[in-house]
Amino acid sequence: MNPLLKLVEDEYQETRKNMPDFGPGDTVNVHVKIKEGNKERIQQFRGTVIQRRNPSSNGETFTVRKVSGGIGVERIFPLLSPNIDKIEVVRKGKVRRARLFYLRGRSGKAARIKEKK
Amino acid sequence: MSGLIGKKIGMTSIYSAEGTVAKQIPCTLIQAGPCVVTQVKTTKNDGYEAIQVGFDDKKEKNTPKPLQGHFNKANTTPKRKLVEFQFNKNVELGQEITVGDVFAEGDFVDVVGTSKGKGFQGVVKRHGFHGVGGATHGQHNRQRHPGSIGAASYPARVFKGLKMAGRTGNKRVKIQNLRIVKIYPEQNLILVSGSVPGAKNSYVIIEK
Repeated sequence: MNPLLKLVEDEYQETRKNMPDFGPGDTVNVHVKIKEGNKERIQQFRGTVIQRRNPSSNGETFTVRKVSGGIGVERIFPLLSPNIDKIEVVRKGKVRRARLFYLRGRSGKAARIKEKK
Repeated sequence: MSGLIGKKIGMTSIYSAEGTVAKQIPCTLIQAGPCVVTQVKTTKNDGYEAIQVGFDDKKEKNTPKPLQGHFNKANTTPKRKLVEFQFNKNVELGQEITVGDVFAEGDFVDVVGTSKGKGFQGVVKRHGFHGVGGATHGQHNRQRHPGSIGAASYPARVFKGLKMAGRTGNKRVKIQNLRIVKIYPEQNLILVSGSVPGAKNSYVIIEK
């Protein structure tokens, strides 16, 4: 990358460092800040990370999938967004690919992911 | 209208905390200046008021003798790019103009550049024609063609300026009202929201 461009992106270096190490297959608990008028509260979104996109750029995002009331819900979060309060890694998963789109077609027992020891 | 000459460096994104939800803003980083005043034009001498500024050094051996003389007058090294601006402030010959002198954060600027050349392109890409929109219903092999270009024995000619296929891009393009998100005075950099015409490392003119 152009060193001058890096200068701009380095401003988010601190946020990046504070992020835990997680990847596809891991179960995470994302704390999202929500503003309602003047009040700010925190909402949690817990699910499996199914992909991380545009790594090491300012636009890096990750997708979290959970099954809520029998309906699959996926949310895409920008990793460096100030809306994210913190990310907790609940469980490390053992998977063999970077994008876990195969989970979309599965449910129940078939959608299990082995834990990394 | 004042401004500076710059060089497009590349694009990135930053997050703004304004509003209820933090937004990701696509941004372009431009190296703006420092520019040197190479000529001051006055009403008395030239019939109008303007200044000419130069940007980016080049070798003396690659500069024609008459131009070398022009740069020597301003007491600077030869410059690659020369542009005229109308400055409201008083400036002197040979003076260096930096980012902080012209722009401030939150300003809206126009950016002029030369768009990327696309070569010979058809009407769909060049003029936004919609094409046929389907390959079935008896359609032969003309999905991206322009269709009729005029009537028959009257007017018996094709009108001038009709939109047809041809060389696309590589043209002077101005993008108006780009907000300056951030200024880095030490590195002579400005970050504008949105995209800017041209390839990386191409010259752009930033007008205010």
